[in-house]
Amino acid sequence: MLDNIWLIPLLPVLGAVLQLLFGRRLSNKAVSAISVGLPGLSFLWALGCYIQFLSLPESYHHVFLKPLYTWLPLGAFHLSDGSLGNLNINVGMQLDPLSCVMMLVVTGVGFLIHVYSIGYMAHEGGYYRFFGYLNLFMFSMLVLVLADNYLMMFVGWEGVGLCSYLLIGFYFLRKSAADAGKKAFIVNRIGDAGFLLGVMLMAVTFGTLAFQPITEAARSGRFPVGDGVITAICILLFIGATGKSAQIPLYVWLPDAMEGPTPVSALIHAATMVTAGVYMVARSNALYVLAPTALGLVAAIGTATAIWAASIGLVQNDIKRVLAYSTVSQLGYMFLACGVGAFGAGIFHLMTHAFFKALLFLGSGSVIHALSGEQDMRKMGALWRKIPITAKTMLVATLAISGAPLLSGFFSKDEILWQSFSSPYGNKLLWGVGLVTAGMTAFYMFRLFFLTFAGSSRVPHEVEHHIHESPPSMTVPLVCLAVGAAGAGFVGWPEVLGGSNAFGKFLDPVFQNPALRPALEHTWSLEFGLMLLSVLVAFAGFFVAYRWYVKQPGIAERVAAAASGGYSLLLHKYYIDEIYDALFVDRVKDLGSGLAAFDLDVVDGGVNGVGWFTRMSGELSRLWDIWVIDGLVNVTAFTVKLLSYPAKLLQTGLVQNYAWFITLGVLIFMAYYLVHF
Amino acid sequence: MIPAEYYIFLGSGLFTIGVIGVLTRRNILIILMSIELILNAVNINLIALSQYFRSVDGQVFAIFVITDAAAEAAVGLGLIIAFFRNKETVNADQIDLLKW
Repeated sequence: MLDNIWLIPLLPVLGAVLQLLFGRRLSNKAVSAISVGLPGLSFLWALGCYIQFLSLPESYHHVFLKPLYTWLPLGAFHLSDGSLGNLNINVGMQLDPLSCVMMLVVTGVGFLIHVYSIGYMAHEGGYYRFFGYLNLFMFSMLVLVLADNYLMMFVGWEGVGLCSYLLIGFYFLRKSAADAGKKAFIVNRIGDAGFLLGVMLMAVTFGTLAFQPITEAARSGRFPVGDGVITAICILLFIGATGKSAQIPLYVWLPDAMEGPTPVSALIHAATMVTAGVYMVARSNALYVLAPTALGLVAAIGTATAIWAASIGLVQNDIKRVLAYSTVSQLGYMFLACGVGAFGAGIFHLMTHAFFKALLFLGSGSVIHALSGEQDMRKMGALWRKIPITAKTMLVATLAISGAPLLSGFFSKDEILWQSFSSPYGNKLLWGVGLVTAGMTAFYMFRLFFLTFAGSSRVPHEVEHHIHESPPSMTVPLVCLAVGAAGAGFVGWPEVLGGSNAFGKFLDPVFQNPALRPALEHTWSLEFGLMLLSVLVAFAGFFVAYRWYVKQPGIAERVAAAASGGYSLLLHKYYIDEIYDALFVDRVKDLGSGLAAFDLDVVDGGVNGVGWFTRMSGELSRLWDIWVIDGLVNVTAFTVKLLSYPAKLLQTGLVQNYAWFITLGVLIFMAYYLVHF
Repeated sequence: MIPAEYYIFLGSGLFTIGVIGVLTRRNILIILMSIELILNAVNINLIALSQYFRSVDGQVFAIFVITDAAAEAAVGLGLIIAFFRNKETVNADQIDLLKW
């Protein structure tokens, strides 16, 4: 199975090609069968490859490489240190513990979301197009995680960006959706510029772009810790990650991306695409460990983004927008983990987050489906009894994200908080902000839950009649994800509670770095105490939400009125979109207008001027022709006419005159001869 | 014998009167008569000089001129009658149809 590991991305892309070329003629049933069956097969194959991978002998156990073909044999060129390098970029696949985890998450959660989409998109137009794009996305994401070099990963990186644009703008007749798609792609592109610069710098520094050689070169001791070039590479790559994984300053596209259908939000903007940045940083851990400055930047931005987005999510009224900001905030946690050197913890949180965030989005999609399209939480309420399966699975997810003990989110988030406190790269400030954010997370998630499912019903009358539980194609994936959200944490049961942290140990070979500063000594009791503290903070968030939205529903409005300035600032997302518009977007549009004016005035003016000039010279020729040429002819005729006036006087018509002239002539002759002779 | 100069003077005198008549008289018939006068003047010259040179050529030529004068008078009169039918006039200065 491992030998044909290339089947894993190939099966979805077959589905994509089929749908996008012929899907129009297929029935919905056929489209579903192909486009959900193929990713399902892909998931089974991935499982098979994973099991086979585990049974490989020790030396192969850590990395399995499968080169496919030579893509860019670029030949010899000079590296930055003067030596001669030979850059050959190949298409190939790499399976190691990190890409195993990613591959299983992408195919597993992806497959469940495909199944869900059968029910959710059943009555939408463009059914085949949706599944075509979704399959294309699966292909791109799998290329990204299974690639064995940075350039192939970049191909997948761009591919998921493209599919994100296509799927966000799926309802392209709506201007807001089309704008959101454009915003996502353009903001992503800005990050990609940084990514590409980093890749180019890597090429001239290492002479190769493949993961294994670069990792070995970085761990060989060739570069001192804190090397400037490595730091530059890491920062540039991280700029790409801020774009793709929605961190400050390039997160602005993710809330707008909620214009797309809910399965898209679940798959792309919760479980998989946005995690590509985290994956990339984890994959480059050998480089990041050599650049503590870059690590510090990653941790700082991750933490700042976490609390920034959480604060905005506190007051949003659209159910999907709260989840979008929650995603940005949780991604911040993942980058915080990577930034303090705990790459394994970051990937652990990536996996648990995939489960509960996808579940939250799909559950909200189920709620929206039940309410015939309503997304405003102020118009929901008391849905617990009416859509029980959705409600119960959402409860599991909400508990998981808030860090309720024993659910998956508790283990992963706690690991991150502990690492940010105790790691040689972390500090108390990062831990403190992370703790506060955890409290905020619990608050706004339970706010969402209570506003939607508890309390009294604020649903409008016409909608209330149609409330119904979703079909099995939608509820079965919810239940599967709930199992994952509840149980996925057990693979990372920490040692402080008596476990063996199997997940961490599985990922260890990927993150072994001689340059990694050794962990400081800490007692179990300190770790346990911090764990207890984070549980208390989460419970506090839950309690406040319970009191404000179930017990005494009026409190929230009173607080909002009392702190109306702050409330308004948060509701308007700190006016960041408006600031970006004024600083960047409008300036670019002005440049466009300026260039357009230049084109109209100067370029078109020049062309028009040449035309005018040609007409003018034609006019001059005409005048010359009329006045000079014709004039000469006319003058000649006029002169002849003038001369004719005396001449015609001779023609009197009288014969006697003519006879007189004859006589005169004879007399003159006679006179002449008489004189001379 | 009458010297030849006398005849030549007579001939040229008549010729001159004839020319003046052609050039100055208004009535076309008078012009025709003047033309006859010119021709007769020439005849006188011819006869006189044939006598002087004792050659008969002059006299032969004079017969020809007389014949020619007669024919010409006939044609001329025919023209005047034809023209008179159109224009109702015999005044030369009223016949200026070929004026510019």
